[in-house]
Amino acid sequence: MLTLRCPYCGVDADETELQAGGEAHLKRYGPGSTEDEFHDYLFTRENPKGVHLERWRHAAGCGKWFHAARCTATLEVFGTYTAQTGEPTQEIKDAISAKRPGWSWREFS
Amino acid sequence: MKHYSAFAVAREALRYHTGWERAWRSPEPKKRYDVIIVGAGGHGLATAYYLGKNYGIQNVAIIEKGWLGGGNTGRNTTIIRSNYLQDPSAAIYEKARDLYEGLSQDLNYNIMFSPRGVMMLAQTQHEIRGYQRTAHANALQGVKTEWITPERVKELVPIINLEGPRYPVLGALWQERGGTARHDAVAWGYARACSAMGMDIIQKCEVTGVRSENGHVVGVDTTKGAIDCDKLGIVVAGHSGQLAEMAGFRLPLEAIALQALVSEPIKPCMDVVVMANTVHGYMSQSDKGEMVIGGGTDAFNNYTQRGSFHHIEETVRALVETFPMISRLKMLRQWGGIVDMTGDRSPLISKTPLGGCFINGGWGTGGFKAIPGSGWGMAQLMATGHSPLTEAFSLDRFKEGRFIDESVAAGVAH
Amino acid sequence: MSTRLQKQGRLIDRSKQITFKFNGTTMRGFEGDTLASALMANDQMMMGRSFKYHRPRGVVASGAEEPNALVGLGEGARFEPNQRATTTELFEGLTSISQNHWPNLEFDVGAVNTALARFLPAGFYYKMFIHPQPFWKHVYEPIIRRSAGLGKAPDKETKDADTYEHFYAFADVMVVGGGVAGLQAAKAAAQSGAKVLLVEQTAHWGGRAPVDGGTIDGMEPGAWVEQTLAELQAMDNVTLRARTMGAGVYDHGYALAYERLTDHTPGVQGPRHRLWRVRAKQIVTATGAIERPLSFAGNDVPGVMLASAMRDYVVNWGVTPGQRVIVATNNDDAYRTAIILKKAGVDVLRVIDARTSGGGALADEARSLGIRVDPGKAIAKVKGGKRVKKVAICNQDGIGGAREEVACDAVAMSGGWSPVVHLWSHCGGKLIWDDAQAHFRPDPARPPLGADGNGFVVPAGAANGPVSLGEVLADAQTAGEAAANAAGFAPKTADAPKGEVEVELPMEPVWLMPANADTPLRMKAWLDFQNDVKVSDVQLAAREGYESVEHTKRYTTLGMATDQGKLSNINGLATLAKALGEDIPQVGTTTFRPPYTPISMGAIGGEARGEVFQPIRKTPIHDWNDANGADWEPVGHWRRPFAYVRPGEGVHDAVNREVKNARENLGLLDASTLGKIIVKGPDAGKFLDMMYTNMMSNLKPGKCRYGLMCSENGFLIDDGVVARIDDDTWLCHTTTGGAERIHGHMEEWLQTEWWDWNVYVANVTEQYAQIAVVGPNARKVLEKLGGMDVSDAAIPFMGWADGKIGGFDCRVYRISFSGELSCEIAVPASQGLAFWEALLEAGKEFGVMPYGTEALHILRAEKGFIMIGDETDGTIIPQDLGLNWAISKKKEDFLGKRAQQRSHMTDRNRWKLVGLETVDGSVLPDGAYAAGEGVNANGQRNVIGRVTSTYYSANLDRGIAMGLVLHGPDRMGEVIEFPGTDGKIYKAKIVDPVFYDKEGKKQNV
Repeated sequence: MLTLRCPYCGVDADETELQAGGEAHLKRYGPGSTEDEFHDYLFTRENPKGVHLERWRHAAGCGKWFHAARCTATLEVFGTYTAQTGEPTQEIKDAISAKRPGWSWREFS
Repeated sequence: MKHYSAFAVAREALRYHTGWERAWRSPEPKKRYDVIIVGAGGHGLATAYYLGKNYGIQNVAIIEKGWLGGGNTGRNTTIIRSNYLQDPSAAIYEKARDLYEGLSQDLNYNIMFSPRGVMMLAQTQHEIRGYQRTAHANALQGVKTEWITPERVKELVPIINLEGPRYPVLGALWQERGGTARHDAVAWGYARACSAMGMDIIQKCEVTGVRSENGHVVGVDTTKGAIDCDKLGIVVAGHSGQLAEMAGFRLPLEAIALQALVSEPIKPCMDVVVMANTVHGYMSQSDKGEMVIGGGTDAFNNYTQRGSFHHIEETVRALVETFPMISRLKMLRQWGGIVDMTGDRSPLISKTPLGGCFINGGWGTGGFKAIPGSGWGMAQLMATGHSPLTEAFSLDRFKEGRFIDESVAAGVAH
Repeated sequence: MSTRLQKQGRLIDRSKQITFKFNGTTMRGFEGDTLASALMANDQMMMGRSFKYHRPRGVVASGAEEPNALVGLGEGARFEPNQRATTTELFEGLTSISQNHWPNLEFDVGAVNTALARFLPAGFYYKMFIHPQPFWKHVYEPIIRRSAGLGKAPDKETKDADTYEHFYAFADVMVVGGGVAGLQAAKAAAQSGAKVLLVEQTAHWGGRAPVDGGTIDGMEPGAWVEQTLAELQAMDNVTLRARTMGAGVYDHGYALAYERLTDHTPGVQGPRHRLWRVRAKQIVTATGAIERPLSFAGNDVPGVMLASAMRDYVVNWGVTPGQRVIVATNNDDAYRTAIILKKAGVDVLRVIDARTSGGGALADEARSLGIRVDPGKAIAKVKGGKRVKKVAICNQDGIGGAREEVACDAVAMSGGWSPVVHLWSHCGGKLIWDDAQAHFRPDPARPPLGADGNGFVVPAGAANGPVSLGEVLADAQTAGEAAANAAGFAPKTADAPKGEVEVELPMEPVWLMPANADTPLRMKAWLDFQNDVKVSDVQLAAREGYESVEHTKRYTTLGMATDQGKLSNINGLATLAKALGEDIPQVGTTTFRPPYTPISMGAIGGEARGEVFQPIRKTPIHDWNDANGADWEPVGHWRRPFAYVRPGEGVHDAVNREVKNARENLGLLDASTLGKIIVKGPDAGKFLDMMYTNMMSNLKPGKCRYGLMCSENGFLIDDGVVARIDDDTWLCHTTTGGAERIHGHMEEWLQTEWWDWNVYVANVTEQYAQIAVVGPNARKVLEKLGGMDVSDAAIPFMGWADGKIGGFDCRVYRISFSGELSCEIAVPASQGLAFWEALLEAGKEFGVMPYGTEALHILRAEKGFIMIGDETDGTIIPQDLGLNWAISKKKEDFLGKRAQQRSHMTDRNRWKLVGLETVDGSVLPDGAYAAGEGVNANGQRNVIGRVTSTYYSANLDRGIAMGLVLHGPDRMGEVIEFPGTDGKIYKAKIVDPVFYDKEGKKQNV
């Protein structure tokens, strides 16, 4: 039973208020992309046992999408941050590094 | 292998059961095997068994990080059915169901396959149409199912409440030869048979790397040393991603938690398996007498084997509504398992970008019922390079947009 | 025999007698009794039968850990199987029955299994019943099922007479367990100002301390409990709940507590159970410890009991299980039982102490009371069937020979204490092995981790390992302070109250009595009393290779009973470790899973039952529909009328009437459930061009356009009419089921992909009632109500206008899902019912009739219009449905465009939409497949198509259908075959999907 702090309304939201949205920072590939690019964009998912960056929506609250950095092995939450970014913020990266030195996730570390 | 029978039990009783041999050996790994299977769950053990039985490939090791049968094989709600909509699914699940029928005799181990019947309730007009479609498809697939009326539902399940104020029961899809089996026994029975063929089941041994030369697998590194092989089968469910990474490719899989629960045992009151997808829950009664209950999954990646309690609440609420008499029963135990889900919620049984390396995973919430069929097809694929049972479940289907989507017939739960 | 003592019984009120029934016999007890203590007072020691061998079972414990004394409680709609007699408070009129026997408790046919026990070792069923194949289902399994199970199932038609509820609670510190440790930890935490919730599973505070004696700050423990309780009650920041069990600990500080409100006063107004969903910053588990049985032959005979339970019965309820008692122990604590029994006037024949050194101060006290103490001895065997008759005594260090027999009628046993670590472990807390106490206790270095990655559970008192009163209180003080501190409060450091008890000598682990008991004895030494697992079974499992603790558990069923191994687990682990030649910590434990003790399904479900099982969404016209024959169909959380059935009419007659009337006269449809989403902003047009397959940016204000929406994976997910309201505003209609989903879909893309686009979306579905006015007389009724120009010139087909009709504020969309002249009119929701009634009144002369969803479906099918959910199922792309005209060729991009370029999507062998007309006019079965030639590689019949929609059309007086068929559009006129599940073959001709008014004249007048 997770709680995540919505970075928009500041509420420590119970999981029952939230909607999970899967892997964060996907780069969209549309017409003109190769088969592999499009396949990976839609189906190849990060599935780490450890640090994971993902999307959530405060669905039964303010309705905003946001990002969370979370450990899938312990469910520890390193922080939540804005949805309007293509990569984790430095603040979040620092917060993860403080708890999981040497972490990496996709192209980020 | 010492034959199991009532006679053998009686004979052993006279000497206080001191004469039973080990059900499976516990060997140290050899330097080389023809085939290594990673993962001694139901699917891995069944793959090994049919490699030996059907193709005479018996120089096989099954490597297991923990204990055999210790993953989802021992955590599921034991439902066996094959009333799937899409042809490839119906084919592999029906093959599995058919093998389950004779598995106790085949393995000389009572896996307690109980073809007590599986019923999927229709509680909306949409579901009626969905299940009637499945019934038509099944008839042409050679899967015996039928559409039954609410009256027949009540005859088969006297404890059901047909007149739920929100979702009355409008009928059901009924598979008379679906049922349940003793899940642990499936793993143990295959393990014993594999061991008897001379295969090595190596428990408490973790694979730490996959070795390859010229794009072809040549062996694995393990916590018990390096082991060579010609072919490698990865059958590790929730940990498929980690193994694939070692082998140098990625998979369209995510690991999430699925929960189940049992009540305290009571005397027999329900003889069939009932699945209610509109309200999200399913229930059967084990031979011990516990009501075995399952529901939906979490929606986020999770390796903890713990799910969120609100799913338990939703499931129990749905079933109290469907079977009001369970309200005064008590939940004895709840637990979670990690299931690996693909993009279309159907499994992967496939060659991989690494030569000689095969993957069997992505069974999501429906793996137990497929074990014998999955092993049969995977063994054929590994031994001969092709299996009609597994062909549609290949990795490249996602690139082509060729999905095997079972959710279309309202049948999402397993 | 077991009897009520003249004195003792601190929890009972002898002035208040209570009458109750057990197996039909009327018995008497006192207020404050548990069912178990009252039964014992009536010399009813045997209370049930075991699971596998149907052996007689008597009460063995005094609390939640009881595996044996399970009864069926109550009757009818209040009947409940498997209730623990030890935790059932006695009340007037209680009725109970014993379980798992036939025909009765005393004489049980199933007990033949006891005689056959030798032939039924662990896992026997895996080795037997294999042949012949059909016998498992038809012969063996039914017998096994009837023999297994425990309590009687409630009657099949039972509807629970009670209600249940959920509470939410938030606490800084939740303390589980109201013994002295819990009270002290709560006090220590509360003194920091933290908000504290303290729960206790029984009706009484103080736990074991008042029974076990000693002093706290010089007071009797009972007096200290009263005083501390009063202090806590006086604190505003402390909530105390008795009869409330901490059931489970989950991630991020979530905990469940299970409050039993009226179990002890059934029939009283109010919910029976309350499930507390707690969020706590820190959780203190002061859950105490549970005594372990000793494994000796016959330790399951009724009359053999945990030593602590025996003194509980004497002190708390004034009941003794026997008159001549033998105590067996490996520790000093059990001497307390001997002393208390002796002082209560019970004959204590001897204390058999497995330790060669014997006991310490307590042993001396026992001796001084005249109790014989035998050090280095063991129970070789307890004799007796339904009751202890005698005990054979031997040396602990041996195989069980040279026995001395002593007649007695009860045995108290103590194998040491195990902390209750369940709640600590539920969420990942790890354990370490304590050699001195021979138990697992919480490993402080590896607690369960919260959202911040720090531990959030703090064990306190006996649950953390300490056993003596002084250590328990000191540990509780530390735990309370630590929890408050971790929750962000500055604890006031204080000295723990001083607890003093007799000094105890170390216990010595005894996993088998005698240590080298021979096989026949091991086959009678029980580990799991309920499930009939013996020492020999665990040894067999180990011998057969079931070496993991999980294998052994599952192979033998050890610890899988309703007590979940509270008494059996450690003894079983130790037995397994010894059999494998390993250390106990190496073998490890099985996983602790919630709940701590079983909780009712009713409580888990809570209030949401029956009518309020799920919320019902109602349109403004819902009540009118309900009062006018609506045959309801659930659609999402909405309910829509399937048809309006008139008295004396069948549902299908009603549908046919409605379908014809809409084509011939005037039909009204409550379309309020249709999704209505406003999309607004400078970039709204650009955004909608991405959302829809067709172009929406070039739609002119005042105009409507039918649009298709696909997922990024290419599949059709929704459709509907889009109206452009003004330069930067569009209104998108969605399907009934799609409103929330599509709104979410739009938000997701706007917030997470195109966040720099200036667009806002709002779901206004419930703000408007929407009524479709359909049929040749549609315009007439609107003109009669008057107020705005609804002529074809003013509002042409696919146009819309705002205005007033009959005084109502209307937005009129000239769109048609029926092929008739039709307007869908939106009015503010508050005016919906009045407008509906005005239309009905004005429409009388034009033959008005409301119609339901089935008529809606038939009308659209007659016109070949697709329906999301019928023609689509999540695997269909617009191209499959001949909707290429609605896919923009000009747009570079839209959601789904790239996906639809993949090889399988462009495959010309994809099935395509066509109309299907049965040769004989009959109705094709729903969901039928068209059979092709031959079979595929898996032996399945090849198929070449399927039915997606099929109806009887009253207007055409024949069956009509749509379907997807291989190369369908190229095969017009061809007849294909649909095998029905009824055995018939349905032949249908492939035709154009538009069956009615092919030119589309009727909607365009």
